[in-house]
Amino acid sequence: MSELNNRVVEKYRNNFLKEVEANVEEGDWVKMCMQCGVCAGSCPLGDAWEHTPQKLFMMIRAGKRDEVLSSDAMWMCTSCYNCIVRCPRELPITHIMHGLAHYAARLGLSPKNQPTQKFAQLFWDNLTKTGRVNELKLGLNLYFMNGFSEGVKKSLEMRSIGQGMFFAKRLNPMEILGGHGVKDQAGFHAMLDKAREIEDAKLDKFGK
Amino acid sequence: MAKKEYSFYPGCSSQKGASSINYLISTNSMCEELDIQLNHIPDWNCCAASIGYAGGGELPRLALSARNIALSEQAHPDQDIVATCAACWLATKETKERLDESADLMAETNQALSAAGLEIKNNKEVRHMAEVLIEDFGYEALGAKVKKPLEGIKIAGYVGCQTNRPFGIDGESYENPMYLDKLVETLGADPVKNYDKKVQCCGGALAFSEPEKSQDMIKDIIGAAYDGGADMIVTPCPVCQMNVEVYQDQINEKYGTKFNIPVVYYSTLMSVAYGRNAKDSALNGQIIKAKQLEAIANK
Repeated sequence: MSELNNRVVEKYRNNFLKEVEANVEEGDWVKMCMQCGVCAGSCPLGDAWEHTPQKLFMMIRAGKRDEVLSSDAMWMCTSCYNCIVRCPRELPITHIMHGLAHYAARLGLSPKNQPTQKFAQLFWDNLTKTGRVNELKLGLNLYFMNGFSEGVKKSLEMRSIGQGMFFAKRLNPMEILGGHGVKDQAGFHAMLDKAREIEDAKLDKFGK
Repeated sequence: MAKKEYSFYPGCSSQKGASSINYLISTNSMCEELDIQLNHIPDWNCCAASIGYAGGGELPRLALSARNIALSEQAHPDQDIVATCAACWLATKETKERLDESADLMAETNQALSAAGLEIKNNKEVRHMAEVLIEDFGYEALGAKVKKPLEGIKIAGYVGCQTNRPFGIDGESYENPMYLDKLVETLGADPVKNYDKKVQCCGGALAFSEPEKSQDMIKDIIGAAYDGGADMIVTPCPVCQMNVEVYQDQINEKYGTKFNIPVVYYSTLMSVAYGRNAKDSALNGQIIKAKQLEAIANK
């Protein structure tokens, strides 16, 4: 449990809905869910979730904080936006799923070794390094994210796809040396640091 | 018709040696034929796509797209922003709307941007290339440029998710959008009628982290195209293109299927139909070769 988590628990005590409304991106929409279940039926990975969005929203209102934040459900969102366009009350469900996932990760409560969480973090770290995605490094980091021996196995499994991409000129081995990036590195990183600082200050305020 | 100019956001996957460089090459050829000038946003950065959320919170993510919009405002003040990548378009347009809706977020975003010496006014339209084609040209004008009709090719229009939801193209239905089918027809080819998986999700970024679940969906997308008699699949999205093309061998191995179907971009089809050669149409970028298009392009 992170120190930040202890502080938000202290602050909101038994009102998880209020906590979500204050701290989760688009969280103030959660109370608008009318439990129709269209989102649950529309999700392409509906079978794979421990909890559908509909369930998560009711669990938030019922104060099931640990179950919600440690659920792997939000990490199954493919960002297909079916739920958003079909929701009769127009809740931005996709964004709430992303927001819950981010919040859980930030508090250190998301499930251990969740593959999409790991990949999503790799993607963010990759793009923020130079300002643009380095696909080669992203792929290699993905294959090796569960350790060296599994990485070698995965790399061999994926070898023919990599070769296909290489011969189609859609994969450049030289990217390993650095690859693409924005020119204004200093400005780019200063902007991201500032954005993070503002966001941390907001959470800090709620946490106190 | 006078030359049309747009402030162009190519995105990471369209860079040299990246996974959808063939989309950019064929788009450039298509635009030359339509007298469209794409002015690249100087020093653009990644939009964080729809998978950046784990590490990036709300404001850092919004700041990324806001930086691109701000750079576009500086360099091309009178031009709409246009993206070819579905995720680039979605993230940028979403940012524009979120900042329009919230004065607080707008102020915080500008505070972050000021650290890079930038400011966003947020008065630009953010559009997908498919919108430009359909709204600014229209099917008739697009058809008038066809030099080599794609006769005898049956094509499944796989629209996918993010050029369709939540914003949609040309006000079409989310459940049964027709623009790719109409475009295919405009180019002289034969669209698969009632392609039931046209808006099925391919797994997106989860094709990397949840390959089995994603490939199960991709199998149905390809299977339905074959059921409709398709010779190839066309898509407007780099992630759809890659996911549906590159895993066919793995799917065959797992499910005993015999998939071997080319997956192309609308810009590939248009470049060939507009008379450009195989190189200009980036047909060498196909891992599964589009032989019928090669035959027409080499004619």
